Amino acid sequence: MKFRLNQKNIPLLATFLVFFLIYMSGAVAFDGFLSRRVFINLFVDNAFVGIIAVGMTFVIISGGIDLSVGSLVAFTGVLSANLLSKYEMNPVLVIVICLLCGALLGFSMGCLIQYLNLPPFLVTLVGMFLARGLAYMISLDSVPIRNSLFLDISRLAVRLDRGVKIPSYAILFIVVVVVGAYVLHYTRFGRNVYAIGGNEKSAILMGLPVARTKIMIYTLNSTICALGGLVYSLYTLAGYPLAGTGLELDVIAAVVIGGTLLTGGMGFVEGTLVGVLILGLIQTIISFQGNLSSWWTKIFIGVLISLFILLQKYLSTRKVDACS
Amino acid sequence: MNLLYPLLALGAILLFNLFFTHGFFHIQIKNGHLFGSLIDILNRGAPVMLLAIGMTVVYATGGVDLSVGAVMAISGALAAQLIRPDYVKGVLEYGAHTPLIIVLIVPLVLSVILGLWNGFLVAFIGVQPIIATLILLTAGRGIAQLITHGQIIVFEHSSFQYIGSGFFFGIPVPIVLVILTFILTWMLTRKTSLGLFIEASGANPLASRFMGIRVKMITTVTYAFSGFCAGLAGLIICADIKAADANNAGLYMELDAIASVIIGGTINGGRFSLAGSIVGALIIQALSTTIMTRGVPPQVVLVFKAVIIIIVALIQSDKLRSKFCQFIQIGAKA
Repeated sequence: MKFRLNQKNIPLLATFLVFFLIYMSGAVAFDGFLSRRVFINLFVDNAFVGIIAVGMTFVIISGGIDLSVGSLVAFTGVLSANLLSKYEMNPVLVIVICLLCGALLGFSMGCLIQYLNLPPFLVTLVGMFLARGLAYMISLDSVPIRNSLFLDISRLAVRLDRGVKIPSYAILFIVVVVVGAYVLHYTRFGRNVYAIGGNEKSAILMGLPVARTKIMIYTLNSTICALGGLVYSLYTLAGYPLAGTGLELDVIAAVVIGGTLLTGGMGFVEGTLVGVLILGLIQTIISFQGNLSSWWTKIFIGVLISLFILLQKYLSTRKVDACS
Repeated sequence: MNLLYPLLALGAILLFNLFFTHGFFHIQIKNGHLFGSLIDILNRGAPVMLLAIGMTVVYATGGVDLSVGAVMAISGALAAQLIRPDYVKGVLEYGAHTPLIIVLIVPLVLSVILGLWNGFLVAFIGVQPIIATLILLTAGRGIAQLITHGQIIVFEHSSFQYIGSGFFFGIPVPIVLVILTFILTWMLTRKTSLGLFIEASGANPLASRFMGIRVKMITTVTYAFSGFCAGLAGLIICADIKAADANNAGLYMELDAIASVIIGGTINGGRFSLAGSIVGALIIQALSTTIMTRGVPPQVVLVFKAVIIIIVALIQSDKLRSKFCQFIQIGAKA
């Protein structure tokens, strides 16, 4: 396959460049930044963000948005923790229930968006309220998870030499990215997603199953998000109703920084992976720095998205100029 | 604009309270000040009403402002910081020396600038409103924490506190501020052609531009105005609790404001109703108060709000209405 530097790849290249620059500046500034453990921790600490970002990539490529992801993470966490500790339910059943709840929420939101023409941001805003409220209703406190299967899964890891290990959920993150990339680029469903984001009316005229695809996108996203929520509860070994506040922005930021066009029709799961890693790097650098506080993360993320949006805008206006 | 349905909903909530909440309609005058559940609803609803006024004009231009909660936090943080400039350095002296005018003007000017930034991104760069304002939603809280250095700044400043918990001829000052802002906005949009321009730019930006309306300018101004309203709401909350909490001030309030606007019948990119938004904000606040006075944990309010927004959105959906009409016609034929 011949590589050409076309318009489409510039945001992706910019993403890689930014990742490289931040990584190198971290390496120059701090001892031990280049160690394998730091790099693997990027995947470990951001596994749940990354998993959710893969789903969000699909939504944004189709021209939609989902604001409910942060709340859904909290809901899934609290639900699983409560079912496990209070009702001592079979852990496999708990996982299935959580995923089904996610799927149900996504399916209902997708139906409202598709069949009643309600704007996605409004519908998912309601989903956000609903999931957060339900999480609060289940429990107001943090509930610890002590189930043996969950503990085993969270301890499960691939050992590399010198005590460096890759936990199971970091591997799950990579698997989700690979599967997401495959589905997006090599399946009919993936092509339909791009087509809807590019021009929904054309997609309808071409006879693509737009309604089915759109509902599937939201169902898929919420299911992946529930999976992310389960990973988060494995990571923290607790369910907390305040978990994931503001997560939707982190996720959208990762997707946008990864070169996905907010207007839809263009994007890459691979880019999203790097976007997540960039956000993780910023956080790592801030914790290495020590005297910078966590609110700088938010400000940096804001600045980065602004820059990437301006870059995308510049590129897309150039494309229009070239056409006319 | 049809105010009937929102008013009916508000009436239903009040009626429920008439029967089930003891002393709900009881308004008394203590020390020349008005007190009672109804006044409380108005008073506590004041920030949301202010946000809703700003959000209404933004929503009418086809946009949405998610950053209002963060702007509230910034404005409150800045006000507190101005009152106690040395707080973060560990000097714990209460500085009531800062003139009131500075405490009010500086945060409001900053809020307007932040609004202008949103408007610039939306109108001149062409970023979707959700994303443009989402940036400030997150980064804004970071900025607010930067101002307060992550601490909750507590202060005493009698003249500033007045706008949060004072009384003006017996009426709580936040309510007076809402009334003033409402009248001013109503005059500006309904007694001049500005309102028409806003509705035109929202309904069809291209046609409006060809007609000679400066669509980009109008859009930017609406965001700046929304920023101003958010800044004012932030000052009220900050003055009321006598503290600046960068993490929690105005948290999720953007959602309340959007809900109020939608309940009030404003169309995204089209006609708007300021009075409708106020009624919408009152519905949200009355609902929250009602649920809480019934002893239900306040967290459940979120679920209720979600259900109400979706019901209102469903009622206003043209597609559902036409489907419903079809259904009835089919039923009539059969």
